[in-house]
Amino acid sequence: MLRIAKRQSISKRKSAFIRISGILSALVLMSFFLLAMGLNPFKVYGAMIAGCFGSFYRFRQTIELMIPLSLAALGIMIAFKMKFWNIGAEGQILMGAMAASFVALNMPELPKPVLLTLMGVAGLLVGGLWAFIPAIFKVKYETNETLFTLMMNYIAIKFVIYLQYGPWKDPGAMGFPKIPNFVDGAIIPELFGVHIGWVILIALTVLFYVLLNKTKLGYEISVIGESQNTARYAGMNVNRVVLLSLFMSGAICGLVGMIQASGVAGTLTSGLAGGMGYTAIIVAWLSQMQIQFVPVIGLLFAVLVQGASYIQTAFQIPQSAAEILQGIILFFALGSEFFVKYTLHSIKESKTKEKVKGAAYE
Amino acid sequence: MNVIELKNITKRFGTVTANDHVNFDLEAGEIHAILGENGAGKSSLMNVLAGVYQPEIGEIYLRGERVTIPSPRHSIKMGIGMIHQHFKLVECHTVLENMIAGVSGKFFMNQKKLSKEIEDLSERYGLKINPNARIDTLSVAEKQRVEILKVLYRGAKVLILDEPTAVLTPQETDNLFEILRKLKSDGHAMIIITHKLDEVIAISDRITVMRKGVKIKTLINENLSPRELTNEMVGKAVELTIECPATDCRNTLLNVENLRILNSDGRPVLGGISFDLSGGEILGVAGVAGSGQKELCESIAGLETIKDGQIKFNNSDITGRSPREILELGISMSFVPEDRLGMGLVAGMDLVENVLLKSYRDKKGLFVDREAAKAHADLLVDKLNIDTPDIYTPVRQLSGGNIQKVLLGREIEMQPELIITAYPARGLDVGSAHKVYDLLNEQKLQNNGIMFIGEDLDVLLEISDRIMVLCEGKITGIVKADEVSKEDLGYLMAGRSLEGGHSNA
Repeated sequence: MLRIAKRQSISKRKSAFIRISGILSALVLMSFFLLAMGLNPFKVYGAMIAGCFGSFYRFRQTIELMIPLSLAALGIMIAFKMKFWNIGAEGQILMGAMAASFVALNMPELPKPVLLTLMGVAGLLVGGLWAFIPAIFKVKYETNETLFTLMMNYIAIKFVIYLQYGPWKDPGAMGFPKIPNFVDGAIIPELFGVHIGWVILIALTVLFYVLLNKTKLGYEISVIGESQNTARYAGMNVNRVVLLSLFMSGAICGLVGMIQASGVAGTLTSGLAGGMGYTAIIVAWLSQMQIQFVPVIGLLFAVLVQGASYIQTAFQIPQSAAEILQGIILFFALGSEFFVKYTLHSIKESKTKEKVKGAAYE
Repeated sequence: MNVIELKNITKRFGTVTANDHVNFDLEAGEIHAILGENGAGKSSLMNVLAGVYQPEIGEIYLRGERVTIPSPRHSIKMGIGMIHQHFKLVECHTVLENMIAGVSGKFFMNQKKLSKEIEDLSERYGLKINPNARIDTLSVAEKQRVEILKVLYRGAKVLILDEPTAVLTPQETDNLFEILRKLKSDGHAMIIITHKLDEVIAISDRITVMRKGVKIKTLINENLSPRELTNEMVGKAVELTIECPATDCRNTLLNVENLRILNSDGRPVLGGISFDLSGGEILGVAGVAGSGQKELCESIAGLETIKDGQIKFNNSDITGRSPREILELGISMSFVPEDRLGMGLVAGMDLVENVLLKSYRDKKGLFVDREAAKAHADLLVDKLNIDTPDIYTPVRQLSGGNIQKVLLGREIEMQPELIITAYPARGLDVGSAHKVYDLLNEQKLQNNGIMFIGEDLDVLLEISDRIMVLCEGKITGIVKADEVSKEDLGYLMAGRSLEGGHSNA
């Protein structure tokens, strides 16, 4: 029989060892799987890396995946720091994209800088609002934010589908249910060949690092996350901080929506977020709730996704096989977090059983 | 014959050794007290017996036979029952339902037969419990009796009681001891964990003293004095008296009029209480746990919704104001709450961040000033001899005494005119506790007022100028500390009034 015990503390070296051996075990297990499929695992791993960085085009693909994942993870983290489980990034991204598209489709004649600014502001506001609503209910009526934010995702998706099939349907698409493409003025510019989302990512990472670690608001957020009672005792206005932070959290996700619509899709679709809001939760979690790790973990995730899709075509393996590879890595990465926090002890059971019988009274 | 024998028990938590090669034995029909300061390893040793912890080294013998106890379930099967300090009862169920929870048996149960069995058991040992009463209608002492009944019903012959008197009035304690004596004469063996010396001497046959995880010695309870025991416990001769210096300041600092507070069910937890507190005074507050002490403190500190009444500080009305508003009114009041890690401090944060908690607003602008807080934390560590690896250690990892020093130190450094402190010495060893009393007396001598919520009546009688006794949310008396005895306080705590009329000092 095994007994699970929480670790009191763990050294940095040991936790690093556990995490690295987790990843290595994943690679070993994957190798067996690939061998069984008749593939050389080393070649496949090499191809995964080459698929991400092998050419400028592939590199751009990888970065374009990393940007929304990391940005959304930043937004999510602000809420998570307060133990407010915002599972609604998916919906906040989509609503932000919707607001930006509204501006792009209705004011195409505006000069580019003005139009883009307006789109950004619209994305921030509506994304923020989408997170603000569950926050109000949480603060006023103590509703469960996990369920609330999750359900808001479905409302957002259905709403965009409605727009796509109804009022915003492109009359020029010959009956095909799609929203018109943005004009050129609504497409964010590129810098060094990649859309400037990466500049925004760097700027916001620095900004939020400072916000959470150096400012009064950041301090209040971390105290509230540890103990609301202590926060109230210290005279903090807990509700105000929760509402403000949640608005920021949603606003960042809304901005992600604007960047995706403008920089990648060039229009609004109901599949725009594509599960990124959920993947970003894992990115935030694996970053240990530390802002500075977010872009790194975001990049690793992008590599995993991009690499897997590359080997599908390069080795002619089915998509499901590539997804198994992703799954194995994730399983081990999250599993090693368990061993960082807990240890297992074995209990000598066999000997005890008879003794218990023998020793029972009367 | 030894019912239980522990040999060479060693239990480690990471780098901390809680029990270091401890030997212990328990005879049939004896009451054996384990005495020691906090962190001496009493509870971990008992948790080894109860199957909660597995020792790294050592052997357990039950009636001469070697056993291992892998879980609490095995422990109760072997006839060892632990009564924890915090009761493990389902509040909204009846006594009967609580008794049978977790007992394996038939699918259907015969309520009547069970009821009868429970009544028989409780009559036999004078436990006086109605099997059909709901737990939440019982008093603390009655709940404790249910816990005892529960382990007896499951066939326990060895009872382990973890600090059983901490929540009882002196009269209830006598009552409990009566029950324990009956159990003893019936052949049950009992282990009592405690740090109250008088009680140890009153009830136990043998006493095992532990210090820092090591067993010091086992004494037979004959002609022992509390002082001897303390010296064994602490390892050096200690001064046991607490001073109560006289001051001549008599300006009213805090004035509470007809304060009423309801709990979430709308039942009154404070039923219209009035009192005042002046500078240079320590007002002790006595009462069994849950008599409204917490609500009283939190309402003054601005953390509780007030139904009715008025709280004035230096004649400015602070009724219903939030902690922030009280601060902004320029009122210098400190509250040292009972729940140190859950309210007074942030458990996962280091000393610097915790010092920052009350001062982070002082600096203008967006940013916090960690440099000032760092200097402040260094100062506290120096001044109060806080034992910590460095000021960047999470306070959760410090010992109870050092945690309290951080909290009390931070609050006193703010130079408050009024300190409200709830159980400031709870869980502290004798040395740290006296350090806390000294700090409070220092404040008193500077003509600051102190409200001291306490549980140890001896301490309250020594340190307070006046003692206010609460019972079920009402004041049953405000008395001068040097005019009453412990028994008088016990009567007031149980809701009775004193003869002789000096209850309105």
